Amino acid sequence: MTTTTPVWFEESQQRALAEYDALAMPSRKDETWRFGNMKQLNFEGYTPEVSSDLSYNIPELPEGVICMPFEEAVEQHGELVQQYFMRREARLGSAKFTAFHKANVKSGLFVYVPDNVKVEQPIEVSHVISGAKQIAFPHTLIVTGKNAEVSVLDRFASANEVDAGLCIAVNDLIAGDGSKLSYCAIQELNLQSRMIQVNATEVGRDAHASAFTLNTGAQWARNEAISLMTGEGAHSDMLACSIPSGTQQYDQRTYQHHAAPHTNSDLLYKNTLYGTSRTVFSGLILVDEGAHYTDAYQTCRNLMMEDTAESNSMPGLEINADQVKCSHGSTSASISDEEIFYLRARGIAPHQARRLIANGFSIEAVERIGNDRIEELVVEAIDRKFASI
Amino acid sequence: MSAEATIDQETQAAIDVDRAKGDFHFPENHKYDAGVGLSTDTINYISDVKDDPDWVREFRLKAYDTFLSKPMPTNWATEDLNNIHFDEIRYYLADSQKPMRNWEDVPDEVLETFERLGVPEQERAFLAGVEAQYDSETAYSSVKEELEKDGVIFVNSTEGLKEHEEIFRPWFGKVIPTGDNKFSALNSAVFSGGSFIYIPKGLKVKHPLQAYFRINSENFGQFERTLIIADEGAEVMYMEGCTAPKFETATLHSAVVELVAMKGAKIQYVTVQNWSSNVFNLVTKRGLAHEDAEVRWIDCNIGSRLTMKYPGVVMKGERARGEVISIALANSGQHQDTGAKMIHAANNTSSNVVSKSISVGEGRATYRGQVHIPKHLKGCKNNTECDALMINANSKTDTYPAITVRGNQHVTQHEASVSQVSQEMLFYMQQRGISEAAAMSLAVNGFINDLVSEFPMEYSVELKRLIELEMEGSVG
Repeated sequence: MTTTTPVWFEESQQRALAEYDALAMPSRKDETWRFGNMKQLNFEGYTPEVSSDLSYNIPELPEGVICMPFEEAVEQHGELVQQYFMRREARLGSAKFTAFHKANVKSGLFVYVPDNVKVEQPIEVSHVISGAKQIAFPHTLIVTGKNAEVSVLDRFASANEVDAGLCIAVNDLIAGDGSKLSYCAIQELNLQSRMIQVNATEVGRDAHASAFTLNTGAQWARNEAISLMTGEGAHSDMLACSIPSGTQQYDQRTYQHHAAPHTNSDLLYKNTLYGTSRTVFSGLILVDEGAHYTDAYQTCRNLMMEDTAESNSMPGLEINADQVKCSHGSTSASISDEEIFYLRARGIAPHQARRLIANGFSIEAVERIGNDRIEELVVEAIDRKFASI
Repeated sequence: MSAEATIDQETQAAIDVDRAKGDFHFPENHKYDAGVGLSTDTINYISDVKDDPDWVREFRLKAYDTFLSKPMPTNWATEDLNNIHFDEIRYYLADSQKPMRNWEDVPDEVLETFERLGVPEQERAFLAGVEAQYDSETAYSSVKEELEKDGVIFVNSTEGLKEHEEIFRPWFGKVIPTGDNKFSALNSAVFSGGSFIYIPKGLKVKHPLQAYFRINSENFGQFERTLIIADEGAEVMYMEGCTAPKFETATLHSAVVELVAMKGAKIQYVTVQNWSSNVFNLVTKRGLAHEDAEVRWIDCNIGSRLTMKYPGVVMKGERARGEVISIALANSGQHQDTGAKMIHAANNTSSNVVSKSISVGEGRATYRGQVHIPKHLKGCKNNTECDALMINANSKTDTYPAITVRGNQHVTQHEASVSQVSQEMLFYMQQRGISEAAAMSLAVNGFINDLVSEFPMEYSVELKRLIELEMEGSVG
């Protein structure tokens, strides 16, 4: 096969590699890695994968929509990719790993929806990570034009239960003015594997972006999500649902950046913790000077299912503007005896009652996705997880 | 070695200069001044002057090493900390040595505030730094007598460590270890002033104890060190600071306050901080609550350039309770970085944090909190609420809590909100003939009203008045 990779892309990969080498490994002293488990950052002996296993389920697309594997898009739509590809810096601690991703990326998805075009059915991509000690670098780049609409689902799974893999995934979601962009990631890697997912969303004037992540797999997953609201009337939903069990650890960092007035963001992260699992949530709402009339909400709820689980929450706010409505809340609690009693009184066994409540707790975040097909797939994955516990 | 010799000379020079200054105003009393800058010599000088026992001197010198080895916490705190020049600071001045100034040198706004708050003439002189001493002995003597009869020890920390070593030493530096942070290490090296209080078993002290009573001692020192021990079942309320602005030329204040509440004891510690706006106020405060004990911090920060203060409670015994109630008002040029630290270390402990901050003009208010519930504990509860009110378009406010919960038998909740005084609210009041400024002031006072009522009567009245003052000119 002949490669026609554009020169700019090869150069950017070389620069990224130099950047990766130059950047220091994060340390626990970095505020962005507070409570983090630095042992999980030991990737010694891991090598970039030779080939990637992706399958695409692409619905019938209206005319003008570009939807193709990322590597093909780099060749065929170089200018478009160049314009949007990783143009924001990683601010939440994983700059070294995003540079690593940039230097090695060769698979993923590129979607471009032109102005006023609506894609009804979701585009689905399934990533199967295989091979021991291999690193996958999938990239998802979605761009919507004015008043366009699209939804995309990424599923991450392992080929088997034994190979320890690593997946460093980066998504760029660019929602043009008045558009509607919905993205969902379902992470079900095996318990030997690790995942770093960095999400960068840009929301234009009157646009609505939504990003959802479900974590049920992997021994360790780090999610970083930044949402930048650049135009008036922009709305961003940041959602996540995580169900760790055993010794699983999830480390989630979020950033709601309001750079324009009259913008709106709503974050809901739900963690259901079993076994000796551990979660870290660190969120920040930043309201820039002049971004008046901002509404920003941030909620992280932890449901502690067992005595041995641990949750860390750091909900943060930085407000530099006036006429702002912001709130954040974080709670950690277990299921109360009353709730169990209520269900038992109706003939439901205690074990089942607990599962029902945990399920209902998780579904609250799922319901906000607002796409039936995607919600169905997420609920299936949640059921699979609960069934395994 | 040669470096130390130069410092010596500089120190000497500084001492000479200041003696001349002191001579001019207070010829009778000007013995001690450790000069500018910090070195082992400075610490030895302080130890010599205070005639410290050997263990205290060792404690200081060790703390100095710790201070040097600790980095500035700018990885999470504001870069403004780098503007502290440790080598330009005077670490010890005996009370009467404080550089005096004339009434003409006192800024007009300070004088006006005295007038408006109704501060008595004599106190004004002290607070403005025109007079080094304010004799409150007469007012205090009857209270003091009664306390002594009950076996209460209420002395300054120097006297405490010398006269009452058997009670003082076991707890000194135990609640807040020297190496807790850079500034607690600094305080441990150069501390002077502050109070030592011991309340005997079962005694409930009726009157709040005030640092104010001993205003002529070293109470308002830069590096005060306070240790309060309430024995089993005892109760005490302690108040420090006052609402009147304290005009200061010293730019760094770094106090350490340790509270020890034995089984069933209750300590309330009230602070009203109103340093002038050139002061870095970096304070470490922590209480240790044994079984069934309660430690409450009631904290109000109005003054200073940068305040970093996170009162903490370590709940060591079962059913212990910790509480922090905090009000912060940040005006232009100020950064109030305050919060709370709740460490649960026993079953069924509960803690509560209520923080309200107001940012006016270009002021910045920050809440920084930590709640820690370790493994294998049961029935711990925490409630944290922080509300921020922003008055002007360029006011700033931040919230950075950190909550760690291990296990499923606990309940924690954290909530924060940011809001403004709504136009509707102001309009409603203006319609009823209240001026815009008065309406704003009313709204702000309403915002913090439920917290102000936690303060002792005289403080809450003054506090309200002070907030009205601070709010002036913030609208229109």
